[in-house]
Amino acid sequence: MSSQPRLVEVRQNVLKQNDIVARELRQRFHDAGVYVASLVSSPGSGKTAFLEKTLTLLRPDFRVAALVGDLATDNDAVRLARSQAQVRQITTGTLCHLEAAMVRTALEGWDLNELDFLFIENVGNLVCPSSYDVGENLRVVLLSVTEGEDKPLKYPTIFNTADVAVLTKMDLAEAVEFDLDAARANVERVRPGMPLLEVSSKKGVGMDDWLAFLRHLSRTR
Amino acid sequence: MAEEEADHRGGLRVNAVHLKLGALAGVVKEALLSSYELACEGTGLQGSRLVIDEIPVVVNCPRCLGPRTVDSIQWFVCPECKGPVSEVIQGRELQVFALEIEE
Repeated sequence: MSSQPRLVEVRQNVLKQNDIVARELRQRFHDAGVYVASLVSSPGSGKTAFLEKTLTLLRPDFRVAALVGDLATDNDAVRLARSQAQVRQITTGTLCHLEAAMVRTALEGWDLNELDFLFIENVGNLVCPSSYDVGENLRVVLLSVTEGEDKPLKYPTIFNTADVAVLTKMDLAEAVEFDLDAARANVERVRPGMPLLEVSSKKGVGMDDWLAFLRHLSRTR
Repeated sequence: MAEEEADHRGGLRVNAVHLKLGALAGVVKEALLSSYELACEGTGLQGSRLVIDEIPVVVNCPRCLGPRTVDSIQWFVCPECKGPVSEVIQGRELQVFALEIEE
């Protein structure tokens, strides 16, 4: 007698394991009173420069630390260490994004109670990081003026999962004839209502607004 | 994961894995289909099919006060009132929904 195939419901999320670890991290961050922001963008959009400036400016008043993900090298960690903040590199090998378990491992030995802000710089990639929760309170997506105004339309998923967008390298906007209105409209199309900040990490322009935004969120979380 | 489930149910033969894939899941259907066979090689799922059920993005429109399906993930606008919408209630799924098994 031939058997009949039948459908059995299982309803298992493929990223369940990551979601479980991310939830556990979020609870630890909450219990320790540390505010966690992750940074996502394409490679070369200025995450490290933005983070270095952020750490340097926060450091006199807050206890800050950063985890930085890359496929290879610890160049970014070396750059960020100039801010005198605690920094750890996560080298992912061939993996194009950070996962919650990597963050958990990288945090080993750190006392989270000793921190006010923790930043997690993801691997430069606008695709895969969108699917992986790393337990952050705030997901920051960066877009540099040299990349073009239509990036949000090309990578809507990452923009849609972000909480705030930061336009970087504003000091170059004029030279590359960046259309700020178009960029604003595109961000608004894929994530209506998301705040958009304009900065130049190099010149320090717009950093006050960003830090005020961050401090406000960390107080009202 | 599907293999674990099959083992859990007494090592039944799995003919197909049904996957729900949201438009905002960040995964491309074609990439999943092309890598599936390779991933199954040498496992209990070898020879099985991957059936992908694509899930559109549904948002809660604050003006129409109801769920609305967004036509394009490049434009989060309510298809009825044309206003911006941001509360996603469906479309991020990446879920093994069901297994087609043979007894």
